Amino acid sequence: MAKTNLSESQRNMRMSAKLTGDVTEVKMIVNHPMETGRRKDDFGVLIAAHFIQLLIVTHNDKPVFEAQMGTGIAKNPYFTFRLKGAKIGDKLETNWVDNLGETGVGETTVVTA
Amino acid sequence: MQKTNIKRRRFMAVIATGFAAYVLPLQAVAAVFKDVFSKKWNKAAFEETSIVNAGKSLQVDNEVNSQDIEIIAPDKAENGAVVQVEITSNIANTESILILVEKNPTALIATFNFAQGALPVVITRIKMAEDSNIKVIVKANNQYFYNSKKVIVLENGCG
Repeated sequence: MAKTNLSESQRNMRMSAKLTGDVTEVKMIVNHPMETGRRKDDFGVLIAAHFIQLLIVTHNDKPVFEAQMGTGIAKNPYFTFRLKGAKIGDKLETNWVDNLGETGVGETTVVTA
Repeated sequence: MQKTNIKRRRFMAVIATGFAAYVLPLQAVAAVFKDVFSKKWNKAAFEETSIVNAGKSLQVDNEVNSQDIEIIAPDKAENGAVVQVEITSNIANTESILILVEKNPTALIATFNFAQGALPVVITRIKMAEDSNIKVIVKANNQYFYNSKKVIVLENGCG
């Protein structure tokens, strides 16, 4: 079975948090193949399932957003959510883990939109 | 006796995570995160093929249809590999939003929990194998609500 291992740079993710009024819009995109385990490569070899299972965003170290997912989230998972009560300069951190035990981290601070 | 042990182990795991967050560098925190939180993933629900059984696995019951759940998704998706959906729950005290696609090989797409000031709105991109209803379930005040939207898929996105 073919495997899709991630390099260090592939585990990088992008995150932004922009404050308008009292609502912060948090956007993130993670580089990840999100393989279902049902797809075949060009040689007809089945590609092993490889997908993020859990992603948690914390605001000043308190969890605010938790996503659990299966193989049905599109490649390079993208999420937007909105947060009330965050201030300019507050820290947001994302941690994710996939089914093969690989992990990734992203970080950003709240800025004005 | 065994029950007590399991409880104790869980308790120790929680303590360890809290402790780690204070004293360990980022790399080590990530390792602890991986160990403790990967057990949170609802394996049974995510592996169910039918939407009914996935709902059962998630312990959803007595769900009520609600127009207070807004689903913005295309009527026709060119490519099922990337279908953007935006979900807003206008139901007070929404804790969770669940996305399911009736005709995908595994119906449950994702579950989202909101806490500490996060508003019950999420935008994400999902895969769709064929024409299907997207069903969104919202949990609020220990009650379940749902709404659906049909999406026509021109090209299969589940490969």
